[in-house]
Amino acid sequence: MSDALGLWGVPLAVASGAIRVGTPFLFVSIGECLTEKSGRINLGLEGTLVLGAATGYAVSLHSGSPWIGVLAAGLVGALFGALHGYLCKLPRVNDIALGIAMMLLGMGLAFFFGKPYIQPSAPMLPSISLGFWSESPQIRAALEVNALFFVGVACAAALWWAFASTRAGLVVRIVGDSADAARAMGYPVDLVRFLATAAGGFLAGLGGAYLSLYYPGSWNERISSGQGLMAVALVIFAHWSPPRCLVAALLFGGAGALGPALQAVGVSEGYYLFYAAPYVLTLLVMAVTVTPGRQLAGAPGELSVQK
Amino acid sequence: MTEAVAPRAEIAAPARGDLEVRLKRAAEAIVVPLVALLAATALFSVFLLLLGKSPADFFALVAQGAFASWFSLQNTLQRAAPLLLTALCCAIPARLGLVVIGGEGALALGGLAAAAAGIAMTGAGGTTAQLVMVGASLVVGGAWIGLVGALRHWRGINETISSLILSYIAIALMNHFVEGPLKDPASLNKPSTAAIPDVAAIGTIPGTDVHWGLVIGVGLCVVLWVLMSRTTFGFAARIVGGNLRAAQLQGLPVGRLILIASAIGGACAGLAGMIEVAAVHGRANASLVVGYGYTGILVAFLARHNPLAVIPVAILFGGIVASGGLIQRRMGLPDATILVLEGIVFVAILVSDTLYGRWRIFQPRATAP
Amino acid sequence: MSSQWTPGRRAVVKGLGAAALTAGIGVSARRAHAADLVVGFIYVGPKDDYGYNQAHAEGAAACKSMAGVKLVEEENVAETLDVQKTMESMINLDKATLLFPTSFGYFDPHMLKVAEKYPKIQFRHAGGLWNEGKHPKNTGSYFGYIGMGQYLNGIVAGHTTKSKKLGFVAAKPIPQVLLNINSFTMGARAVDPAIRTQVIFTGEWSLPVKEAEATNTLADQGIDVVTCHVDGPKVVVETAERRGMMTCGYHANQAKLAPKGYLTGAEWNWANVYKSFIEAAQKGAPFGNFVRGGLAEGFIKTSPYGPAVGETARKHADSVKAEIMKGGYAVIKGPLKDNKGKDLIAAGTAYVETAIELESMNYLVEGVIGSI
Repeated sequence: MSDALGLWGVPLAVASGAIRVGTPFLFVSIGECLTEKSGRINLGLEGTLVLGAATGYAVSLHSGSPWIGVLAAGLVGALFGALHGYLCKLPRVNDIALGIAMMLLGMGLAFFFGKPYIQPSAPMLPSISLGFWSESPQIRAALEVNALFFVGVACAAALWWAFASTRAGLVVRIVGDSADAARAMGYPVDLVRFLATAAGGFLAGLGGAYLSLYYPGSWNERISSGQGLMAVALVIFAHWSPPRCLVAALLFGGAGALGPALQAVGVSEGYYLFYAAPYVLTLLVMAVTVTPGRQLAGAPGELSVQK
Repeated sequence: MTEAVAPRAEIAAPARGDLEVRLKRAAEAIVVPLVALLAATALFSVFLLLLGKSPADFFALVAQGAFASWFSLQNTLQRAAPLLLTALCCAIPARLGLVVIGGEGALALGGLAAAAAGIAMTGAGGTTAQLVMVGASLVVGGAWIGLVGALRHWRGINETISSLILSYIAIALMNHFVEGPLKDPASLNKPSTAAIPDVAAIGTIPGTDVHWGLVIGVGLCVVLWVLMSRTTFGFAARIVGGNLRAAQLQGLPVGRLILIASAIGGACAGLAGMIEVAAVHGRANASLVVGYGYTGILVAFLARHNPLAVIPVAILFGGIVASGGLIQRRMGLPDATILVLEGIVFVAILVSDTLYGRWRIFQPRATAP
Repeated sequence: MSSQWTPGRRAVVKGLGAAALTAGIGVSARRAHAADLVVGFIYVGPKDDYGYNQAHAEGAAACKSMAGVKLVEEENVAETLDVQKTMESMINLDKATLLFPTSFGYFDPHMLKVAEKYPKIQFRHAGGLWNEGKHPKNTGSYFGYIGMGQYLNGIVAGHTTKSKKLGFVAAKPIPQVLLNINSFTMGARAVDPAIRTQVIFTGEWSLPVKEAEATNTLADQGIDVVTCHVDGPKVVVETAERRGMMTCGYHANQAKLAPKGYLTGAEWNWANVYKSFIEAAQKGAPFGNFVRGGLAEGFIKTSPYGPAVGETARKHADSVKAEIMKGGYAVIKGPLKDNKGKDLIAAGTAYVETAIELESMNYLVEGVIGSI
């Protein structure tokens, strides 16, 4: 068969799956990376992701423009992040637990208002064809990449640069490393964290819009299979470095594509275990690289998961 | 956790003199969550009003579907049964300051282990089989969340993240065994393990529809309350939760305490899985994973991780869940309405933590003993 | 709607409280009006999933207009204590006397337990699980031979494919799913024996990302026609359309989702089934305990052909459909080998759609790529 790839389909599927499946991980993890760098954790990004997916889909359907949907998803995500940021500022409010509560609330609102949008078909985001040079339809399909992926990559790069060489990045890092030091230097700790949490929510909302408006490109209650939660773990996995978040997201995306691709070439035993492999890998890597009593390189000192 | 415990002061304080402090603290612990519940109810009512639905109708239906009749009450109690145990999975480690959210996975594996044990005990007496099943579920559930504690103490991995990841792995493992090595070839269209022997099934409390899991759950809540508040273990655990460094300075075996508390929590969730298998399904299959573990987190936080308070809170949530169907059928609201209500309640309860110590009425007088 | 339900909600709530008290003791609910029948439908997922649940909900919706019938419906009900309590709640609080728990996993132990407790209530379950003598008399099964629809899908797909490679996105390797995969493959191979079907199992009944990934993988393998058996085919059909593949639908009509590539589809036609049950209940006529049917009985139907279906394909499929309508048509018949070359069925043996052997299918036939 001239147009079949056979075994070559596996690396191709993993590579293209890394981008397709990995993009939501990318958005949530760089959003969370920013939030955590400021010393706050938001475990509720799963809820933000789902709410973003529902909002993006609904707004795209009503406005006819998927990009307006993406923007709306980001704004709703920012609103949710801001709420989390505001509430966490109150004394004695536990940010980890509140994140779980916000996750539940976000999912509840998304399922509640999303119910009428399960059936209609909303306009989808277009993709950019980077495979025009190739004869092979598979390679061309694999290189149909959504613009949001590049937005995510650009965000990761911008964040990396900002942390390393801008004043704003420095302030976020100081606030995240020691609130006392930041206050002594006159920086508004709560405001910085509030903004970082809202911005993290915005990015997670974009990730949600990607799910419902591009891939898999549909809104329903099972749209996210825990990507938002896993992305939080990926940030630790990536040692709070935006470029490493990109790598981790791509790895996780590729691992998600591996199961179906292997079945297509005849490896079909124990697919549940294949599907669980990325989780085992994450845990193992964390067990190996994290050492008790000593902080990880890049870990914000104020972060509650590090205490 | 957020509750600040002042270990040295408490050790030193004579029991007689601080009665007032205790009473005031207890009153605060009841009033603050009630205020939060009222605020959540008000917020949710606004939500309903904005949608043009009547909050009065809604809460009337909740009362109707949850508590107003013998049928509804039994419905509520039955749904509360698994929540009691999954809430303990979160509440017990929380006394040491750990946020464990992996109850769902421990429940799935506990149920699987119980089913496997039950099948292996075919031919044995009912009580023997049940005890072996209970043992299997306790060991597996305890080991699973115990691993979370071990990773936390010896590898420094955050327990929230690791329990979440382990939960995904547990569910995948359960699916693998149910559809692979442990599959009953006769369970064609719904892959399941073989059925446990009939004698091993858990029946209902005489005169009711409610299975004995409720009694087991309530009993464990009481036992663990005694453990956590009336024994040296519980006292040491609270010190760790209040101030880790103080605990270390006092020479407490922090690692062992974390491990034991996590294992106790996991064992509770595992037992919840055993009861689901023995009292509801008769076998293990994917239906074990329906979110009891996650609702349990909610119950634990609302109960402020007090095992005794878990009992009324689990019944309250059992009631809300029990009335969900009625709300869907009568008010035309989607099933996610209950999720929204739960989310608002959860957020309100957590935010109410900020109210502790704010009201002078609950503060001891300046001239304390 | 009966007048019982029209006064203010509060009054109803009060009245029902009293009714529930008596009913809870075990006296089965009496009907509000002699002429009134309350029928309960329970779905495992959302009613508008373009799939399994939607097919049932469409059937239920068709009964709404029947005189003297009130429907109560609940969606997203888990296959656990939840469904037992939903059934009991419908019986006790809504006074339902005929219940349709539609998901497969509702049957054992949930529906059976509740049915034993309420012997005067009728329960009918979608699936083929009911056994005379083993299960209560007030329960029963109804099901359609939808494998025949997948066979017709296969014929149309076989005529349409250029690459001679078809794809099947499946949830779990259970007999119903295997029968569909095999029927689809045999339909295509009746057109051209060189055709192969690649199957990918996602492991869950509803898992959109995996379904999309499986569909993309099939496209990468050069496959040009796909079908599926998951709860909601929306993601598979839409992804296939975007990848320029043709699709055959399943459960419900997904033509709207793929205006270019939708060929035809195997759909349930539950409206007929539900109407006849309800009519029997209203007349007080005996209920069937084991009701099944195929195309001929109107239990299943096929979607209208899409624009991509050629004349030959239409003629071929229509003629086979006419044969099936006559009854006694067998898709699974000897000589038949499985996809590892082992003999399955000897020449001369044929399993018609009603054959009980088909319900324990545990093989993939020759021409299917994949393993279980």
